[in-house]
Amino acid sequence: MTSRNKILEAVRLNQPDALPLPDTGIFKGEDIEVLEKFLNAVSATGGKAVMAGSYDEIAHLINQAFSGAKRIVTTVPELTGMTQIKAGLSDAHHLADVDLAVMNAHFGVAENGAVWITEDLMQERALPFIAQDLAVIIHKNNIVPTMHEAYDRIGTSVYGFGSFIAGPSKTADIEQSLVLGAHGPCSMMIFVL
Amino acid sequence: MNESTLHHADLSERFNADEERVNWHDETLWWIRQKRDRAVNLLPEWESLREAASQIKNNVLSRLSEYLVAFEARATENGITVHWAENAEQHNAIVVNILQQQGINQMIKSKSMLTEECHLNEYLQQKGIEVIDTDLGERVVQLAKEPPSHIVLPCIHKKKEEIGALFHEHLGTLEGASDPMYLTAEARKHLREKFLTRRAALTGVNFAIAETGEIVICTNEGNADMGAHLCDVHIASMGIEKIIPERKHLPVFLRLLTRSATGQPITTYSSHFRTPRAGKQIHIIIVDNGRSTQLGRKDFRSSLKCIRCAACFNTCPVYRRSGGHSYHTAIAGPIGSILAPNLDMKKYADLPFASTLCGSCSHVCPVKIDIHDQLYKWRQLLVQEGHVSSSKTAAIKGMNSVLSHPAFFKMAGKAGRWVIRHIPFAVKNPLNVWYKQRDMPEAPTASFSSWYQKNRKHDKQK
Repeated sequence: MTSRNKILEAVRLNQPDALPLPDTGIFKGEDIEVLEKFLNAVSATGGKAVMAGSYDEIAHLINQAFSGAKRIVTTVPELTGMTQIKAGLSDAHHLADVDLAVMNAHFGVAENGAVWITEDLMQERALPFIAQDLAVIIHKNNIVPTMHEAYDRIGTSVYGFGSFIAGPSKTADIEQSLVLGAHGPCSMMIFVL
Repeated sequence: MNESTLHHADLSERFNADEERVNWHDETLWWIRQKRDRAVNLLPEWESLREAASQIKNNVLSRLSEYLVAFEARATENGITVHWAENAEQHNAIVVNILQQQGINQMIKSKSMLTEECHLNEYLQQKGIEVIDTDLGERVVQLAKEPPSHIVLPCIHKKKEEIGALFHEHLGTLEGASDPMYLTAEARKHLREKFLTRRAALTGVNFAIAETGEIVICTNEGNADMGAHLCDVHIASMGIEKIIPERKHLPVFLRLLTRSATGQPITTYSSHFRTPRAGKQIHIIIVDNGRSTQLGRKDFRSSLKCIRCAACFNTCPVYRRSGGHSYHTAIAGPIGSILAPNLDMKKYADLPFASTLCGSCSHVCPVKIDIHDQLYKWRQLLVQEGHVSSSKTAAIKGMNSVLSHPAFFKMAGKAGRWVIRHIPFAVKNPLNVWYKQRDMPEAPTASFSSWYQKNRKHDKQK
């Protein structure tokens, strides 16, 4: 018998009689002041949320905040003045010197400040992790109260890869001192349109 | 005594030699427990979430074979290669086989307690394969040639000065430097070079979705993602119990996990891997290693519901004061003490006794595992199976006869009070381990029952 079948047989023999699944539909977040809650949650993650009126304004704010950056790339078509990144054009390792990556997110989550980004918005899966700094754009109408509504939104959508990202990468492994910028971005800016 | 036969009490004594460090360790972990409380208290639905998580996991364990088959089918459709390992040896051999097929002899690894359980690093070393841990805390303990002492905070037992000295020796940081920001920045440079040059990355798995065949990996540092998205071959190792039925069940667990672990509302990254990148590979190794046996132990089955948040570690008065290494197993703390005896009753017979049975672990557990009840049940089983030292068994038997005979109990109490007052050395001596680091109580002049009799009479007279 293969290892697979031996394991499955042992599990089948030892698992108890089937127990029911609970109704998780009972969990609903309050759909009030989600924008304000989201902005507060983002700053608790170490990120920075900024309200913006247009893509032009975002481009202007980025150029101001990252005037020293050598390589800024984006996957957002509306940001016409920036270098566009397309999937498969080059090996992901060529992104190693990216100072700032700018991309869209599907939505934000008010309870924890996370944004949901799938592979199609990243173009390269490595991009939101390898860049020294990360900027993300969401629309103010796309903020859900909790993770339950987040997964209602995701539903059965198909993606190769997707990630909830909540702030810059961080660690507190040395004596519990919080340090931003572990392996991924050292800062995260969220523009709310 | 051989190092490998040292028990929890011996190893705790070693940790307790440095009282200042024990106090610091205790306070640090309690601070994390308090952060957990603050995060939890913000959610009025916390108890309902725990109940839902518990029921989902009960369902998973009751239908695990079906879910595993469904997960395998979906993952395979998604282009992932699924492997099965009955035990640690098979798991390690599969990893080496995957690497050798690709001609790879260097690998990076993000946090995976399963690979600690399987002693993968030692095995790879024997096979001439270099492995570098990329979680900062794990890199620290790897450089120190130690196992992690905590499943979420691997080097919580180390002071920053010690980490500074390790980094000076291995990474060439400035001598005497111990600033966490500086040390983290240097580790970032050191590990970034590994991320960019290694072709294989191994990660753990937090959740595996039967419905979609995707796996979810949670980190704060982003090291699992950096490894997985830059490598040619991503190997993900998971225990059979990591299954979640459907995607819609994930929010319940993602809301509980990090609040319980560190008090954050979510980890920085909760990454969902469904397919490999074009031209790249994902291998998932599904590991049993004793889990199917534990599934058959009715009293201990629910230990498999664990989502590895370590809330039970941080709250445990014994763990906080004895340190993770005193548990001499990959997963320390209260949950480790009910998982380890399943793997080897003789070797880990001491662990269920490394508890005060105060029940704090069960109260903070996000999936409602009755940890302290299971510790108590393991004690009974281990005594029955003859894995407990004869002195402890004799003491328990002695207590049993004293407590079950009221007249004898009365007399023994009287004798005890007399002994403590008049000849304390008869009980407080090196032969009685109970008195280690404990002070003698003041012996009362009368027993509780005589005090009660007397005072109850007073009450009646009023």
